[in-house]
Amino acid sequence: MSLNPTTALDSTTATDLDAVRKAISSTARPPTASPLSSALTFGWRGMLKVKHVPEQLLDVTITPVMFVLMFTYLFGGAIAGSTGEYLDYILPGILVMSVLFTTVYSGVALNTDLTKGVVDRFRSLPIWRPSPLLGSLLGDTVRYLIAGTVIIVLGVALGYRPGAGVVGAVAALGLVVIFSFGLSWVFTTLGLLLRSPSAVMNAGFMGIFPLTFLSNVFVDPATLPGPLEAFVDVNPISILADASRGLMEGNVDGSDVAIVLAVAAALTAVFAPMTTRLYRKG
Amino acid sequence: MTSHSNLAIEANGLVKTFGDTRAVDGVDLAVRRGSVYGVLGPNGAGKTTTIRMLATLIRPDSGSAQVLGHDIVAEADAVRAKVSLTGQLASVDEDLTGRENLILLGRLLGLKRGAAKERASELLEAFGLAESGGKLVKNYSGGMRRRLDIAASIVVTPELMFLDEPTTGLDPRSRNQVWEIIRALVAEGTTILLCTQYLEEADQLAEGIAVIDRGKVIAEGTPSQLKASVGSGALHVRLLDPQQRPQAEQLLDRELGGVTLDADPAALSAAGADPDRAAIAVAELSRAGVRIGDFSLGQPSLDEVFLALTGHAAEAAPTDDDANALPTQREIRTDKEQAS
Repeated sequence: MSLNPTTALDSTTATDLDAVRKAISSTARPPTASPLSSALTFGWRGMLKVKHVPEQLLDVTITPVMFVLMFTYLFGGAIAGSTGEYLDYILPGILVMSVLFTTVYSGVALNTDLTKGVVDRFRSLPIWRPSPLLGSLLGDTVRYLIAGTVIIVLGVALGYRPGAGVVGAVAALGLVVIFSFGLSWVFTTLGLLLRSPSAVMNAGFMGIFPLTFLSNVFVDPATLPGPLEAFVDVNPISILADASRGLMEGNVDGSDVAIVLAVAAALTAVFAPMTTRLYRKG
Repeated sequence: MTSHSNLAIEANGLVKTFGDTRAVDGVDLAVRRGSVYGVLGPNGAGKTTTIRMLATLIRPDSGSAQVLGHDIVAEADAVRAKVSLTGQLASVDEDLTGRENLILLGRLLGLKRGAAKERASELLEAFGLAESGGKLVKNYSGGMRRRLDIAASIVVTPELMFLDEPTTGLDPRSRNQVWEIIRALVAEGTTILLCTQYLEEADQLAEGIAVIDRGKVIAEGTPSQLKASVGSGALHVRLLDPQQRPQAEQLLDRELGGVTLDADPAALSAAGADPDRAAIAVAELSRAGVRIGDFSLGQPSLDEVFLALTGHAAEAAPTDDDANALPTQREIRTDKEQAS
């Protein structure tokens, strides 16, 4: 008989079979995790990924910094007459833009996740069905907060002083993050519909890029041709940018905030169930 | 339903179509509680799709199945609460550490934080992963990953475990470890549905086997019934002197029949040799002065099972990795390829 290498190694298994037997028999099934608990557990998973792959944070920090510097010093003089004045106008706008851009990555991350076997395991668990999605978005919210904080701190370093102080800045950041949470469901839906992470990235930016530029984030809409101005005025991103400026300056229009919250709620109501259904179907 | 309470899985006419392909085309299964049941077939035969339906990941287009007494469509949640799945791709999160994976699952299954941590430590210890528990899974070897995968499946001991090709791509030592773990699971009363491409694996572990091809069960029985229907494996002989091959061929043909010449000019095989007659044939060769380099008697391969059952070879050829994992089968497969 030819040499069979398996037999020689039989005795050297690293696993301790008695311990395996004991481990198998020693668990009683606990009551199933509550929806909140399973969603938070998935949020914890998201945090762990940030901890193990900190490079992920680069795109949420470097890009916004580049945008602030570029727009302030490159276009500031041309658009607003001075860099300082333009910074006052643009900083809340860039806060909106950079956090919104980050939401695309939620869809990309979900799409990447789907190519891994671990999703099958999650889907075979007796847990509240939306919890993996809700949990990872909760984790992403932390990334949104980081991106937003970077912008505000950088703005202050460059001389920006929000009229409503720290409270105003925190309120604006909070509103932007809530809106982003709603918007990110759109990209998770996209993440489940499209084939590859890069397709999600392309489609996502193809949508979010023009929407952000065709808003009042960078320029005063009064300077625009009529039809474009009309579009910019109803663009929810403009309203979000207005609300953020208002909150930071302490002269917010309550109806802007209400509209932003309503849009976020509507996006969640439509796209969260859609994402959940697609995720369930695999 | 209650009359079949000794069955862990009872599937009737499961069908799943993807586009034009009928991936699963009317599969019936009956798996006794507490047993290992093997589903044997080549890549693309419908094994994984069958498992995914039974584990409630996808819905069958038609047919029905009861898993542990619950309907897989109407009572999917009840099924999920009792089963666990170890998928073909390792079902663990590569970007987390082994320990974090186990804690994550413990928490999702309802363990309190402390209990989940304790359970993770216990499992890492038992599965020989204590030292690597803090490393990211993407740095694990194939065998470690599989062990973690199985550990993750028993964070809370399931009544039924789906194992999809648990040893594909593993080296022989890791494969034996996984087999030992599977045996331990069964000894503790867990039912296991095992999908595999390897007859040897099903033979080692399973009480019953269904052979599946193109979405249909084409044979069912105990491993010995199945092997009997296939006949014995082949005797492979490699000579020291290639010039003696014609003489050896003549002799083996007389003793055993079914001789094929391998591409290697010094090697030849005789199919369907039972061990006694093979031993005599080898002795005859030696007595006739044919000098033998080495010889082996292989188990029937999946290819041979398929050839015997269907008249056609298993279609999707396993990758090189798979072949490396199981040297005995590779020998046979290579010889067959060379012969054809």
